[in-house]
Amino acid sequence: MKVAVLKGGRSLERQVSLSSGARVEDALAESHEVVSLDAGHDLVERLKAERPDVAFVALHGADGEDGTVQELLEILGIPYTGPGVSACRRSTDKAEAKQALREHGISTPDWVSFSQTAFSELGAADALEEIEERLGYPLVVKPARGGSALGVRFAASREDVPQAIVSAFSYDSRVLLERHVQGRELSVGMLEGEALPAVEIRPHDEDRYSYEARYEIGRTDFICPAELGEDEAMVGASALATWEALDCAGFVRVDLILGDDGPEVLEVNAVPGLTDTSLFPMAAEAAGIGFEELCSRLVTSAVERMVA
Amino acid sequence: MGRFRHTWGVAEPSDQPTPDREPAAPRRHRKAHTTARDLERYAGLFAQRTSVMRSSAMRDLMEITARPDVISLAGGLPDTSTFSPQSFARQMTKIAQESSAEALQYGPTEGFASTKECIRQVMAAEGMNPDPDDIVVTTGGQQAIDLMCKVLLDPGDVVIAEAPTYPGAVPVFCSYEAETIQIQMDSEGMDVALLEVALFDLAEQGRKPKMIYTVPSFQNPAGQTLSLERRRRLVEIARKHEILVVEDNPYGLLRYEGEPLPTLYELDGGDYVVYLGTFSKILSPGLRLGWLCAPPPVLAKVVLGKQASDLCTSTLAQYFVDEFFAEGRWREYVDELCDVYRARRDAMLESLEQHFPAEATWSEPEGGLFLWATLPDYIDTTDLLARALRENVAFVPGVAAFADGRTGKSSMRLNFSGSTSDEIREGIRRIGAVVAEQVALYGAITREQRVVPGGDGAHAGGQPPSVGSDPPEGSDPGGDVVPMRRREPEA
Repeated sequence: MKVAVLKGGRSLERQVSLSSGARVEDALAESHEVVSLDAGHDLVERLKAERPDVAFVALHGADGEDGTVQELLEILGIPYTGPGVSACRRSTDKAEAKQALREHGISTPDWVSFSQTAFSELGAADALEEIEERLGYPLVVKPARGGSALGVRFAASREDVPQAIVSAFSYDSRVLLERHVQGRELSVGMLEGEALPAVEIRPHDEDRYSYEARYEIGRTDFICPAELGEDEAMVGASALATWEALDCAGFVRVDLILGDDGPEVLEVNAVPGLTDTSLFPMAAEAAGIGFEELCSRLVTSAVERMVA
Repeated sequence: MGRFRHTWGVAEPSDQPTPDREPAAPRRHRKAHTTARDLERYAGLFAQRTSVMRSSAMRDLMEITARPDVISLAGGLPDTSTFSPQSFARQMTKIAQESSAEALQYGPTEGFASTKECIRQVMAAEGMNPDPDDIVVTTGGQQAIDLMCKVLLDPGDVVIAEAPTYPGAVPVFCSYEAETIQIQMDSEGMDVALLEVALFDLAEQGRKPKMIYTVPSFQNPAGQTLSLERRRRLVEIARKHEILVVEDNPYGLLRYEGEPLPTLYELDGGDYVVYLGTFSKILSPGLRLGWLCAPPPVLAKVVLGKQASDLCTSTLAQYFVDEFFAEGRWREYVDELCDVYRARRDAMLESLEQHFPAEATWSEPEGGLFLWATLPDYIDTTDLLARALRENVAFVPGVAAFADGRTGKSSMRLNFSGSTSDEIREGIRRIGAVVAEQVALYGAITREQRVVPGGDGAHAGGQPPSVGSDPPEGSDPGGDVVPMRRREPEA
């Protein structure tokens, strides 16, 4: 099969995407004809010229994860890996995803979300008191869309809030203020409707409140499979419910916190990182699925999904 | 296929996959995938010092600044388009015709005598008269910094640097596991009184720094120049405490106004000052040609260190410099560059005045390639860079100039040598607009009455600008690089 690997693009996560894409290309090279596409102005033109049998979407960030590229691929009639347009659109916006989760009865930390105009035009600042009463401190401020740790801040008290909001708005025109849930940080890879072993993310103490440290080897320990004991089933069920609620396909990564009240889902990554240090491949590996096999399976199932 | 990405104008070999148009083949000799177990296996092999080599969100963002549609005020790039291609062709042809075999051969580790003669001319232009035997030709000024660290630093040793310091020096200090202490600057450069305090505090702990790294003229990134009085004082301090000062002077000849000052090397006579120079900013960074001038015992160690690193500096590059200098118009070329950069600096200063909000301050460099701007303390310039990139404009966030990776959050380095005056005006206009947006947003969130300057310099709501108010409260040391310049009050 001829596989077009879509990577790069113009988002802030371009570098991660290039790494993910290159790794996918390597993995598929033995078994497939691979075409490497750095998503730019000529993407559609090149897809039309190459006529691949399937597209492997390794584009992170806007365009790649918000359904834009998926929409284009649908129009061109090219099967693609990962969730469809509407699942992408909903999971990429954390506020929308959390709303969908709540409607499906899946636990997610309480939140409020605001657009930039709410502050600039509607005086949303006057609601901050009610917000802190409801969410308490510390709270987490994050851009509604955007991956990795970009623009995510802890606010330990009221003084931290305005600056955290300004930072978050650097990445998106909508931000979330979310209740901070104490607990174990987990990431569950979902592969074709099945939960892979959970990965636990344990930042070193001094980096506890630095999101940047969270994805760096040496500043964070990753434990896979996470030792969850009897909570394992609950965590898996929560990830599966999330998969169904958002109508996912192919593979996604569900990030959640295991607190005193059980698992609470934070967000869903429609195009999880596939770099050397990414969590999804780590989880697949723990399930006995090597990276080559993983990529091949995703490609095959994408084509089957299209036919079905 | 060599591919390089730019970070702070320092080219680094990229291990990133290439955004090629070709299919992925031919295959690289690399395992198809790396498993989690592989990672652990390699983790055990890495040297301790690599644990401090950290990547960061900011570095990832900086990668994007290389996009062609981005106006980048981030790099430290000299404008090499001003160098005549005809002259380049003539010199290279001459080398090929007259010295082909020699130019393609290895050379002496310390460099060719003829190249040292060119270096002597450059140093003489700033009032120095070094002994050629005290000079080693290096692979760019960057290698000179690396070599000094290599021969001086054991893990845990203290390096003193300015606050902010050259962003490209930070990873060097880190990779030798040095403890970097940064000394506040003001409009006269490094505050030597604070330096003395720091030395005293260290002495109390029974410690002494191995070196004081400084860029005294048109400092990168602050744009400030160490005053004559402080130059004298710094040299005395070095002598008294027997500490080496590493004087990094890439921009000394790029002065656009004011009177030249003597270098530390000249004032000291070369006992406690090691001098670093480069052809990068007065000729070409692509040559990778710099030098280091040090007392003989230090130089001997440096030469051994260099031998281990790369045997010798590019022979071809040295031949090129020799030929170029033989034509006898290198000063003329530097003067041309000064004219170009002066106009660009002026364009940047004018634009800042016009487009940056009243709360911002910035330095007014008399030369060099950079200025340093500081915004209100609630603006994080790493986040701001993400926002600015959506407007296709880039700068270096201030944290890059601090070894702790935390200080300088509200500051930014702006380069004015690598873009045209029109690009600079447009770039500053765009940055000004996103800053104004964040100032207004912060004001709306905190419900404070703040000046809300539009990107066009207009003040919204008819509020009088609060120019002349105190500097942003609680500003971090990056914000204290007492400048500087503010926008003039408007009627």
